[in-house]
Parts: sequence; C-alpha cells; structure tokens
Amino acid sequence: MKNLVILGAGTSGTMMANHLVSKLPKKTWKITIVDQYKTHYYQPGFLFLPFDTYTEDQVKKVGKKFIPKGVNYIQKKIDKILPEENKVALEDETIDYDLLIIATGSKIAPEETEGLLGPLWKKDIFDFYTFEGALALRNKLREWEGGKLVVHLTEMPIKCPVAPLEFAFLADSYFTKKGMRDKVEITYVTPLSGAFTKPTCSKSLSYLLSEKGIHMESDFAIERVDNETKEIVDYGESKIPFDLLVTVPTNMGDDLIERSGLGDDLNFVPTHKHTLQSIAHENIFVIGDATNVPASKAGSVAHFQAETLTDNILLYLKGYTLKEEFDGHANCFIETGHNKALLIDFNYNTEPVHGTFPFAKIGPLKLLKESIFNHWGKLAFRWIYWNMLLKGIAIPFVSRNMSFKGKVFDIKKN
Amino acid sequence: MDLNIAGIRLDVTEDGYLTDVSQWTKEIGLEIAKNEGVEMTDRHWEVVSWLQEQVKNDVALSVRGIKKSGVLNIKEFYALFPKGPLKVSTKIAGVPKPKSCI
Repeated sequence: MKNLVILGAGTSGTMMANHLVSKLPKKTWKITIVDQYKTHYYQPGFLFLPFDTYTEDQVKKVGKKFIPKGVNYIQKKIDKILPEENKVALEDETIDYDLLIIATGSKIAPEETEGLLGPLWKKDIFDFYTFEGALALRNKLREWEGGKLVVHLTEMPIKCPVAPLEFAFLADSYFTKKGMRDKVEITYVTPLSGAFTKPTCSKSLSYLLSEKGIHMESDFAIERVDNETKEIVDYGESKIPFDLLVTVPTNMGDDLIERSGLGDDLNFVPTHKHTLQSIAHENIFVIGDATNVPASKAGSVAHFQAETLTDNILLYLKGYTLKEEFDGHANCFIETGHNKALLIDFNYNTEPVHGTFPFAKIGPLKLLKESIFNHWGKLAFRWIYWNMLLKGIAIPFVSRNMSFKGKVFDIKKN
Repeated sequence: MDLNIAGIRLDVTEDGYLTDVSQWTKEIGLEIAKNEGVEMTDRHWEVVSWLQEQVKNDVALSVRGIKKSGVLNIKEFYALFPKGPLKVSTKIAGVPKPKSCI
C-alpha cells in the first residue's frame, strides 16, 4: 500500500482530495489529508462580513463535510515535513508518504510590522483576512461615527490581491447607504505604483477611485505604526494619519514550512510554475497559496491549478514527463460597491483584457467593465464554491488555461 | 519610446526604464540619476552594482529583499534614493522595473 498525503484541508487540499479519490486505485493507494482545524471558511466572504452583507454562518461550514469518503482525515497539528525521510511529523505521531501535496496556504503576519500589534490592534486597527478580524471589524463599523478611514496594504504578495481595493469601494458604498459618507474620508494606501496590482487595470480603472472620492497614496512602504499619534509611517518618514486603519498585513506561508526548511523568505515553497512540482523534491507537489509561483493567491487560481496538478500526479506516478501546463490563469470578480462588480481574467503573460466571459461576444459577463450582472456572479460564487469548486467539479465553460476567444487586446502594455 | 543619453539612442519603456540592460553604462546611469534628482556617490554605485548583480542572478527585487540583504538597510536606501527607492534605483541601474505586481 502506498501513501499519498495532503497537508491542509483548505480550498486547495480539499479539491485535491476530491480529484484524486476517484483517480487513484483504492487497492494500492491510501489518501490521507491532515488539518488541525475543524472549520472550513469561505474566505472570499470575509470581504462582506464587515459590511453585514454576509452573516457568520454563510462563510463557515464543518470541513469534514467536504472530505470525500475513502480519504483518511486526520485532525492534528503538523509539526514538520521530513523530506529526506519521506515522513511528516504530526503532534503525536509520524506518518509516511510516497507522494506529498503541500496545501498549507498563507496567513497574515502582523508581527512583521512594528507597532501593528500595539495597543490599537482590534480597537482602531483591524484586518479582515481572518474570520475573527472581519467580525471584530464588523462590530466596529456598526458603531463607528466617522473620521479618517485608511485602507492599507503592507507588501506583496497577498492573498486575493484586489481585496483591499474592493474593501475601499465597499466602504464607500456602505457609508453612503448609512447616510454618513460625508463624515468619512477614505484613503487607499499601497506600496505599489498604482491602485491595481496589474498596470493595465490601474490605467483603465483608476477613474473608479476618483468617482468614489477615494484618495490614494502610492509607493508607501510602511515601516511602523505609531499608536500614540495614530499614524502609519513609511521608511521615507512620510506619515498618514488615521482614525480607523484597515490593513492587510504581510502574508506568509505556514510556520511549518519554515520549520521544515522548505520555504523562501516568506515561507512560500519554491515551486515549478508550470508543473507545480516542488523545486527541491520530486515527490513533493505544491498548490494554492503555499507556492511561490507568480500567480495570484486566489481560489480561482487554486481551482485551475488543481486540474493540472491532478493530471501531473497521475503522470508522475506512471513515470511520465509532467505537463508544463499551468499558465497562471486567474479569474476574479472585483466588487466596486453599489451592487456592481468587475470581472478580470488574466494569466502569467497576459494582462487583464476587455471582452466577454465565458462565451465570446455573448458573455453574459463583461470583462474589465462594471456591471450589476458581475456582482450577481460574485454572490453566486459562494454557492459554486461550496457545491462545485471544493468537490472538484469543473466549472462549466471555464477552462484551466486562459482562453483568448471573445477578448479584446486593446490596452497598451507598459 | 527612445531616449538620447550621452549621444546614444536608447530604447526605454514608457516610464523610462531601459529595455536592454546590455546598453547600460555608468554615464547613462549618471544621466538617469540627474533626471531623477539623485546625486551619485560611491555608496550609490555600490548599491547599483548590487542591484544589477541580483537581477543577473534572477533574484526578484523587493523592499523585503533589501531588508534581508545585509548590503544596506531600508532607512539608508531611502536616504540614498528618496521617494520610491526601488523604482528610482532600478531605473538608474538600467534593470527592469521590479514587478511586485501579482
């Protein structure tokens, strides 16, 4: 009997368990998935939680529900991977693997920024990348009377790169609805040169910020948070005052990657960007936010990766050459507030383009343009996530590689 | 776009980065620095060579990478190249604008 072990039962790990359970012969392969946590969160929902758009129950379910029968599910802490011995040390036992999939994701590391975890943390400074953070922020927003709202992103890469910008858009919408938009000054602060992480987006979409009266501070590399004066300070000593700071702290891979000596500076695992095999060990594969590949850290990316990775694992087990297939394909809805959203589709080499999706000329979704239909798409995605995506069911008409049909390449590259 | 520096015609990107690193010379670096309002010292050139070395070795440049480099700290980096040091220093070094944009 051979062992395939998946570390992490989040979006990526759960999808891989579902893909592989029907593809690996049960007589010769035992599939094990390890995750210490009982709850599976719908992380895109954390964006909506602070604004009372979603309730707590809509963004969490018991993780076990999504692990298929026939997969051994271990709920224990992972101590470290021992790649030279093909073993994983858990809190109280050690398990063997013939093939390992690392799907341990990424998490916020607020301790990386001086002063972020100071006296104002969870009082006037919040994150919305954790369930607890999003919930605390919701409670704060319910009673906040206005002032300077600073929406801030520390450094790249982060999970769901457009989320902080969406947060700023939704905040504009939320305070407008509450009749207190005139009492709130919104500033978006980014270490990048533009609001969007993709230059073509910044070019064609920067009007959104001015339209919504959101100020922007770019090229701001934060050094510390001054809890006394309520300012964020960058290395060049420029300062931005806040009454309420909503920040996306540094994102890092799991500590166990560091303990195992398998990560880069940010504990992300060096991974072949087209095959998803780890660079250091041929029987270790990596998927989702845990990799260092230059694709967005997002559920849609993990979904496309899962299809390639499943094929590559089967090829690897037969001793065949791996497919260098994954192209960095991402497909993201961007909430722009007031019940509208944008949709962007891009990969490693192609910047987001105009056009329709998924059908050429028909749509119904429009790329890179605000529409109400796109907003419905984003909301419908929660159902798709729980009922299709996690189960490894392909989303109809959306292929793992980026399609160029129905897309207009009319934006000049930098 | 192209740029005329020290009598040489250079291909540059829209925001002024050399498209061909091999065209770079110290004179060109000096001209770009002037345009950026940076007065180059030996220390500036040390940093520029280090950046070029990193790019040659396929190391992605980031503020965090500078922090861990042991070559200089970020305070000094800002002192040498004020206002977006990574953007300014890479332009002077003739290497591509760092893509931290994912």
